[in-house]
Amino acid sequence: MKIGVLLKQVPDTETKIRVAGDGIEEGDVKWIINPYDEFAVEAAIRLKEKLGDGEVLIFSLGKSRTLDAARTALAMGGDRAVILDDDAFEGSDAYGTAKALAAAISKEECGIVFTGGQAIDLDQNSVPQSVAAFLEWPHASWIQGFEHNGDTATVKRPVGGGAVEVVEVTLPAVFTCTKGLNEPRYASLPGIMKAKRKPVTNYSADDLGVGDDVGADNARVSLSDFKLPPGRPAGRILEGEIGDQVKELVRLLREEAKVL
Amino acid sequence: MTDILVFCEVSDGKVKGSARELLGKAKELADGGDVTALLLGSDLGDAAEGLGALGADSVIKVEHSALEHYVPGAWAAAFSQAVEDNNPDVVLGAATALGKDLLPRAAALLEVGVAVDVVDLFEGDDGIAGTRTIYSGKALATVNVSSEPKFFSVRPNSFVVDGVEAGDGDVEDFEPDLDDDSGYVVTDVETSGGATIELTEANRIIAGGRSLKSAENFGIFTEAAGLLGAAVGASRAAVDAGYAGHSMQVGQTGKVVNPQLYIACGISGAIQHLAGMRTSKVIVSINKDPEAPIFQHSTYGIVGDLFEVVPLLTEELKAVLAD
Ligand SMILES: Cc1cc2nc3c(=O)[nH]c(=O)nc-3n(C[C@H](O)[C@H](O)[C@H](O)COP(=O)(O)OP(=O)(O)OC[C@H]3O[C@@H](n4cnc5c(N)ncnc54)[C@H](O)[C@@H]3O)c2cc1C
Ligand SMILES: Nc1ncnc2c1ncn2[C@@H]1O[C@H](COP(=O)(O)O)[C@@H](O)[C@H]1O
Repeated sequence: MKIGVLLKQVPDTETKIRVAGDGIEEGDVKWIINPYDEFAVEAAIRLKEKLGDGEVLIFSLGKSRTLDAARTALAMGGDRAVILDDDAFEGSDAYGTAKALAAAISKEECGIVFTGGQAIDLDQNSVPQSVAAFLEWPHASWIQGFEHNGDTATVKRPVGGGAVEVVEVTLPAVFTCTKGLNEPRYASLPGIMKAKRKPVTNYSADDLGVGDDVGADNARVSLSDFKLPPGRPAGRILEGEIGDQVKELVRLLREEAKVL
Repeated sequence: MTDILVFCEVSDGKVKGSARELLGKAKELADGGDVTALLLGSDLGDAAEGLGALGADSVIKVEHSALEHYVPGAWAAAFSQAVEDNNPDVVLGAATALGKDLLPRAAALLEVGVAVDVVDLFEGDDGIAGTRTIYSGKALATVNVSSEPKFFSVRPNSFVVDGVEAGDGDVEDFEPDLDDDSGYVVTDVETSGGATIELTEANRIIAGGRSLKSAENFGIFTEAAGLLGAAVGASRAAVDAGYAGHSMQVGQTGKVVNPQLYIACGISGAIQHLAGMRTSKVIVSINKDPEAPIFQHSTYGIVGDLFEVVPLLTEELKAVLAD
């Protein structure tokens, strides 16, 4: 079985974001694997290890630098990278991105796909659900437990208020992964050496037949007017006897901030 | 004039609190257009009653046995069919765990765009547009949707609504066409003890960090949280140390929250924690290090030991809220 992973390259969480026109300045950005996608890579490798067979494919749509992120996933134990790098993809929204990824997953005939819960650059939390809709597969989000039983998988997912749902999902399906599912392994040195020689497949928009869905011209959603968040007005550090500070705090919350 | 369909989540036979916020805001944005509430479930009881008072001109009830639990495929199909039938200009839903998952799948079926987790909505050059945070709250952008309809999920507690003009609230049923087998069966729901308030929807939150030193010590918040009607949150350091459950983590790799009041106790204020709570209206921090970065983002701060301050705060709340 081919086991797919959707992997996005994003700016490191420590990156200082500088706004430049309708985008961010990319000059000194350090690029990393989207942290949630590491859980997806780990889940895919573990499934292959359990089955004792299969091929782990790392799908990534992005500029040429995205191959660096995919190589890291290959060093962890992925088998092949499937890179969607084409000028036609530039400016795609979640819809177009999902169309292209779904087409690539179909072309490769994957039997299961793991993704991150959300990409921490645009925090959209949209691509996996849309991919599943286009493939007409079920999907289960934010899984924290995964067990493969042949034709189905049993997953656990938190549903708010501390409750956890146990769901039996028929394969093929899309699973979005989060913290708590597993501990992603580090790429070993031999792993990194081997990753350099692992195969990479490239698909263009034409290869996938998605020319009318991708790119800025076909985007249904666009961002504009980037700005930095307004600074919070200088806060007030209370002073005096600790007991008096607490009384003053409660008074301020009621009378000044009006949140009590 | 804009016709707006508002998806209202139902829990325990009642619409969730976000319905008031969304219907009220929809009424304002519709500017004379129709505001319709959409309810999905297997047994909606009388959840559709009273939505007129919240601003709904009409209510669409979609009841089907396949909608007993949240099943993404079935819900997205029912949702998209109801939207297609109603043909609104704009579709709104709350950016809860369910809403964030459902809207993109339903939008994909209709081949339309969805702007997720917006914190503001306004009349733009090309109809309704939104504002959202990106790069974990480190930047803001206007989000434009060119499709018809335009889908938006709205971060809970983004709007304060009072004095909304009532609508008729006429209720009609819509029969969805659903497959019997969606390949997704909820076999069990495990609850861990008492019902807790979901962080992402909470109006008040009290949160603790690594400094709590044990899971038992998180109990220090229980009474104050009860008095405030607050949810209890945690930093990742506290979660990693096993003092708090994963579902309690606030931040970039945890939950993004948007309460009126966030009380951070013994939390340093790392960028990844701020990513999850920086839009809180009022931030209070209690930290024994006057140099802790969290103070730069706080409305009010107390420099002190949380093990001393939290019990004092609990007593003061008890005294004051009793009046
Ligand atoms: C990719 C990535 C993702 C991350 N995601 C998240 C996330 O989602 N959420 C998150 O929270 N973090 C996240 N982090 C971790 C983050 O960087 C910090 O390490 C974490 O938030 C620190 O938690 P803390 O404030 O509890 O602990 P510390 O940084 O150890 O701070 C403890 C604070 O408590 C104070 N203190 C100690 N004792 C007391 C006392 N008795 N009374 C009062 N104050 C006291 C100290 O002065 C200090 O300020 C992430 C990190 C990375 C790299
Ligand atoms: N350009 C992309 N290439 C590959 N996978 C992606 C891409 N964008 C999003 N994904 C996947 O979808 C998940 C959710 O992303 P998003 O919907 O953008 O928040 C990510 O964690 C990835 O697994």
